[in-house]
Amino acid sequence: MTRDVDIAIIGGGPAGLAAALAARQAGVEDILILEREIHLGGILNQCIHNGFGLHRFQEELTGPEYAYRFVEKVKEAEIPCMTEAMVLSITGDKSIYAIHPHEGLMHIRAGAIILAMGCRERPRGAILIPGERPAGVYTAGMAQKLTNMQGYMPGQEIVILGSGDIGLIMARRLTWEGAEVKMVCEIMPYSSGLARNVHQCLHDYDIPLRLQHTVTAIHGRERLEAVTVSRVDDSMTPIPGTEERVSCDCLLLSVGLIPENELSHEIGVEMDPVTGGALVDEGRQTSAAGVFACGNVLHVHDLVDYVSEEAEIAARSAAAYIQGKKQYGEKTVSIQPGNGIRYVLPQRLSGTEPTELYFRGRDVYRGGRVEVLAGDTVIKSRKVIKLAPGEMERVKLGAEELQAIREAGSCEVRWIKPEE
Amino acid sequence: MYDVIIIGAGVIGAAAARELSRLRLHTAVLEAKADVAMGSSGANSAIVHAGYDAETGTAMARTNVAGNRLYDRWREELAIPFIRNGSLVLAFDDADMATLEKLRMQGVRNGVEGQRILSGAKAREMEPTLSEDIVGALYQPMGGITSPYQAVVALMENAAQNGVQVYLSHPVTGIKQDRNGFRIQTPEGDFHTKLIVNCAGVQADRIARLAGDDSFSIIPRRGEYCLYDKREGADVAHTLFQPPGKMGKGILVTPTVDGNLLTGPTARDIDDRDDTGTTDIGIGEVLIKSARSVPGLNRRGVIRTFAGLRAQASTGDFILGESEAVPGLIHGAGICSPGLSAAPAIGRELADAVRRLLPCEDNPDFDPYREAIPNFRESDWETRERLIREDPRYGRIVCRCETVTEAEIVSALHRPLPARTLDAIKRRTRAGMGRCQGGFCTPRIMEIIERELGIPILEQTKKGGASHMVTGRIKGGRAQ
Repeated sequence: MTRDVDIAIIGGGPAGLAAALAARQAGVEDILILEREIHLGGILNQCIHNGFGLHRFQEELTGPEYAYRFVEKVKEAEIPCMTEAMVLSITGDKSIYAIHPHEGLMHIRAGAIILAMGCRERPRGAILIPGERPAGVYTAGMAQKLTNMQGYMPGQEIVILGSGDIGLIMARRLTWEGAEVKMVCEIMPYSSGLARNVHQCLHDYDIPLRLQHTVTAIHGRERLEAVTVSRVDDSMTPIPGTEERVSCDCLLLSVGLIPENELSHEIGVEMDPVTGGALVDEGRQTSAAGVFACGNVLHVHDLVDYVSEEAEIAARSAAAYIQGKKQYGEKTVSIQPGNGIRYVLPQRLSGTEPTELYFRGRDVYRGGRVEVLAGDTVIKSRKVIKLAPGEMERVKLGAEELQAIREAGSCEVRWIKPEE
Repeated sequence: MYDVIIIGAGVIGAAAARELSRLRLHTAVLEAKADVAMGSSGANSAIVHAGYDAETGTAMARTNVAGNRLYDRWREELAIPFIRNGSLVLAFDDADMATLEKLRMQGVRNGVEGQRILSGAKAREMEPTLSEDIVGALYQPMGGITSPYQAVVALMENAAQNGVQVYLSHPVTGIKQDRNGFRIQTPEGDFHTKLIVNCAGVQADRIARLAGDDSFSIIPRRGEYCLYDKREGADVAHTLFQPPGKMGKGILVTPTVDGNLLTGPTARDIDDRDDTGTTDIGIGEVLIKSARSVPGLNRRGVIRTFAGLRAQASTGDFILGESEAVPGLIHGAGICSPGLSAAPAIGRELADAVRRLLPCEDNPDFDPYREAIPNFRESDWETRERLIREDPRYGRIVCRCETVTEAEIVSALHRPLPARTLDAIKRRTRAGMGRCQGGFCTPRIMEIIERELGIPILEQTKKGGASHMVTGRIKGGRAQ
């Protein structure tokens, strides 16, 4: 099957769904969502806890409820969706090759592509924990699927490595199901998850959060029997003599998420080594003209509300691209993360329309200021109460400020220490 | 009553089983673990060595050179992945260059073809990511790579197809000699046989002792490895060895047949024959030493570390043929490196030893061909389209990292040597072997196993025994 479509959206999770609706609102009729799973909604379907939608809907929704609001609207708008459609390849001329059990091989020629594939979890091998390879060592997300979608317990005595949000959520979830969560170990001196999750999922249940601790060995030949937990020094090296053997039958890993960019690599879009996603301008256009990216495939978000928002930005500029209203990508100014800032998104600016910069701190900082510079001139300054890698910050730039940046030819976001 | 029972379903046991299935004999295989290739054959360098490395005149040299040449036939008949990618032994100084010349001469004596000593510049021309420190290399065009566990699965499937009985999860607990041969004890019952072929890997000396032969012992030597994401594997085309030392062939860097990059192994003699755990020190050594050959290796590309045991015999060579102490007991023991390379020749030698003791006719129904599970990932678009049309389950991707379809997984569950565990499915289809290491596909595969085989998720294991995947139902679920 070969077909043409104005905008093809790869991924029917929160990013893809919001992008589809925004593209339709921007006047694009011919849209196609390609989703690899049987249902729309992506990872939200297994996130049955609440806390979604506080920013967007001012209410606390569960993941499936949040997804449902978008799925319903997509259905109302009669936007075509193909589930069980797996994209295997994209080419530079925006041709998509996908397979589907009943349609067979599909060749879709798109006017614009929105990448919304989400992310995956970092596995054990990637963090090089030594030891045996028994059953019972799972990523937190896989355990979430087993528990919430299939109704099985991944273990009874649980240690969680990494304080990412999924790990925190699963600590509480498995406690509710009668498991004993012995501890959450975090190699950094602070949690990488949201502060509210640390409180609501660990503190409220007296689950110890061991900061600057990591798992240094895995024991058990068939099923996991124990792990060795060690303290680490400031360079994250385990300190000899601090080893403690903790018996457990399950180790959950919540040690980071990786944007799933295999398709993006294939068309050779420029990538940001820090975010693991594409380099984009304020319209979320990648270095490949007409190819846009949003959501966790672009950079890992802590809140789905911002995923939806970013998807709408990408969709509006994809619509403008299709309608020939705007040609992004020419004469861009790059934005640099300065002192104390891990990354800024977008990484480049190509226009002067008011826009918002997303950024994260490199470490946990209290007090001081965040500044935006055009060249050497501070054009925006804001007080900081707390900056943390686990919580994304935003700063709005107006037309005048953007004009200043264009004239200066460079932009930087930095953190300034509080004065003593 | 069997004519021959092979103990051990690694590459040696499987090669022997397949060779014996050419003969009109009642042959069975007893394997302690829940699947084939769960010992040394499941965790090694996956290299088919050219044959220059073993001392001339040894069983190792003889079977390595002969085995290497037979891999082309294994690929053709059994669809075993095999690429003759060529290897380079690297020299970092003049002393190493002298070592290379010695290896080359040994290769000539062993009958290895096509060897050449190259300059450092020439080596870098062939392999641009090589270190600037390399002053020369010994090029071995006969060197190759394979997939050891896929080879074992293919051999054993072909043996089973030709009438060999394979008993998995049948650990041997005792061997008694009787009038007609042997009575082999397992927790599942006794097996009677005229001959035994001992291919028990790191346990081969224990099997020998159970039968009354204590002429050798096995010293397990652990090797640790790092496996890289496919995007890191594209940079290296040849297998890159460092100059060999006393403990083995040094740390190598090699592409795998699946397009990953593999580095390792370390070499440490250990006492515990089940200890395939990795260590901080070992993995650190692999990372540091592999960077000597290819400085640009990015350790963030590592998706898995693992360790395997080589079954070193106290005799220093492979132990092949009938035991002097126990007539009727044939050893295929002490098979460390280059055992994988030598396996096709060892299988033949073991079958010849059986035939000498038990004259028999050829099996008239022997079919040397075995069809692999159609590999969706490596098929062209036309084939993919046809596969989906014939079976829509080919249009449903279960493992997205390795592009493994539902049809392939279902097929692995219904083959002549069916998969029964998560790891067994992985060995046959690569589902779960990619960059996410099964995070997405494992729950889905568990549902497919339940549906296809009726094994409830609660009873499913990663690798047999007590390696259950889940520990129970959530509250309010069905009673356990």
